[in-house]
Amino acid sequence: MSVPVRLQPDETFVLNVGPQHPATHGVLRVKMEMDGEYIVNAETVIGYIHRMHEKMGELKTYPQYYMNLSRMDYLGALGYCHGHVLLIEKACGIEVPERAEYIRAITVELNRIASHLFWFGAFVMDLGGFSPLMYALQDREHILDILERITGSRLTYSYYRFGGLYNDVDEEFVESTRKFVPRMRKSLKKYRGLVTGNIIFKKRLEGNAPLSRETCRKYGATSAVARGSGINYDVRKNEPYSVYPEFDFDIPVYTEGDSMARYKVRMEEMEQSLRIIEQGLDKLPDGPIMPKKAPKIIKPPVGDYYQAVETARGNFGIRLVSDGTKNPYRLKLRSPTYSNMHLFDESCRGLLIMDALAFMGSIDLVIPEIDR
Amino acid sequence: MILETTHTALAVLFPETETEDFQSEAVDTEAAEEEKKGPKKVAEPRKNGIILRDYAVHGYHLDVQLDPSQLLEAVAIIDSLDYFIESITGVDWIKEEQMEVIYDFSRYDFDLCRVVLRTRTPRAAPSLPSITSIYAGANWHERETHDFFGIKFEGHPHLIPLLLPEDADFHPLLKDFKA
Repeated sequence: MSVPVRLQPDETFVLNVGPQHPATHGVLRVKMEMDGEYIVNAETVIGYIHRMHEKMGELKTYPQYYMNLSRMDYLGALGYCHGHVLLIEKACGIEVPERAEYIRAITVELNRIASHLFWFGAFVMDLGGFSPLMYALQDREHILDILERITGSRLTYSYYRFGGLYNDVDEEFVESTRKFVPRMRKSLKKYRGLVTGNIIFKKRLEGNAPLSRETCRKYGATSAVARGSGINYDVRKNEPYSVYPEFDFDIPVYTEGDSMARYKVRMEEMEQSLRIIEQGLDKLPDGPIMPKKAPKIIKPPVGDYYQAVETARGNFGIRLVSDGTKNPYRLKLRSPTYSNMHLFDESCRGLLIMDALAFMGSIDLVIPEIDR
Repeated sequence: MILETTHTALAVLFPETETEDFQSEAVDTEAAEEEKKGPKKVAEPRKNGIILRDYAVHGYHLDVQLDPSQLLEAVAIIDSLDYFIESITGVDWIKEEQMEVIYDFSRYDFDLCRVVLRTRTPRAAPSLPSITSIYAGANWHERETHDFFGIKFEGHPHLIPLLLPEDADFHPLLKDFKA
């Protein structure tokens, strides 16, 4: 005999999303208190792949630790490496040859496009569109090939050195990058037609999870999360480092604050990165890629140093407290997604679960980078 | 200029100390000299107050050392000046038997000013007021600092392990931590 299941009208239940769930793009867990399909409250649980990078920082010497930075964020490793080498160069007063800085900027931007492409494909797949991922991965493959030739790896690049680079670029790099730029522009046009203008896509994202400027400020959100909410903040412009002041590029900003705005910011960022790459190739000076007097042993003077850079995921900060020895006394990594993800708990209240997952996708999560 | 505004606003917290004239640009020459001498000589413990740092060397502009009792007041001033929270972290000064907690703030603006607040608490029983009531985003940062250093943040709504396992009773970034 079957008995009818009776639900209490005002009863909520707890839904566990993750830690192994395709929508979280890694081992992230969100405990959601649900009222039917609506989220009443959410609590993000992180730390499933915490590796204690900061303790490793204290135990290893500076050059040994440098490899860890590219293992933090597997999609945009070069941005993090850039932050680390800039910090050490600043602390030790190492002069970097101009050619090295230009190559750094070009490769970081290539890596940024690769990272955004992967996000784009995965994000659209979250929303139910499968083919854009294949297109995006195809374009990304070209970047990986270009970078593999000069850096020697496809994902965890450790290409920079304190003072310069590990390897100079050659004509073939310049040529293949030049060929890649128009190809990518064509692809971006294709994505605009295929995805951005798609009516289903627009209806899903417009007005989804709007974030206010104040929320972003209280949580320290950066990258497209902040720029989609009308905040004109990009470390490359606000706090210029490396050779970025030499380039003419714009920071896309949208005021809506919804997932569509975050999507548009990242798509336009790829176009701006292409502009930087083009200008970098035009201006690429000749010369050495390592300074003549690069110190063999890195021993920054006693003090406290900070360096922020704009990675593919936002403002990455690195703090070094040095006691003048070969090992850092304290090395703090401020990862951008950590702050961006933190505001999810508060901002997803009242959303449908499907919309919350769309919102989560628009933050651009890379879990190893949150957990460090 | 936000640097001057912030400097003036924070100087209210240190009425006794003569904060040097802003225009004199007395950027940390004293501190730099001290640093050159290296760790051989034990440096005098730093007094509470504001130091203007050379941005090109250190990467931030204002370096403020506070008494823990002034922390909430200082953070409220920072909040009213439209700063966003960047990170919170600790440093274990085992020789001095103190723990330092460092708060980083910056602004969504082209008028650049990075502010670092630091405060110290005894290593034996480290405890500081929580700033989550002012910056909601401090929640995870404080939990993380509690994980790594065992610093207790009074008034934190949910001070349980964040990055470490939920039953963790160790603090790996302590200098005397043995795995």
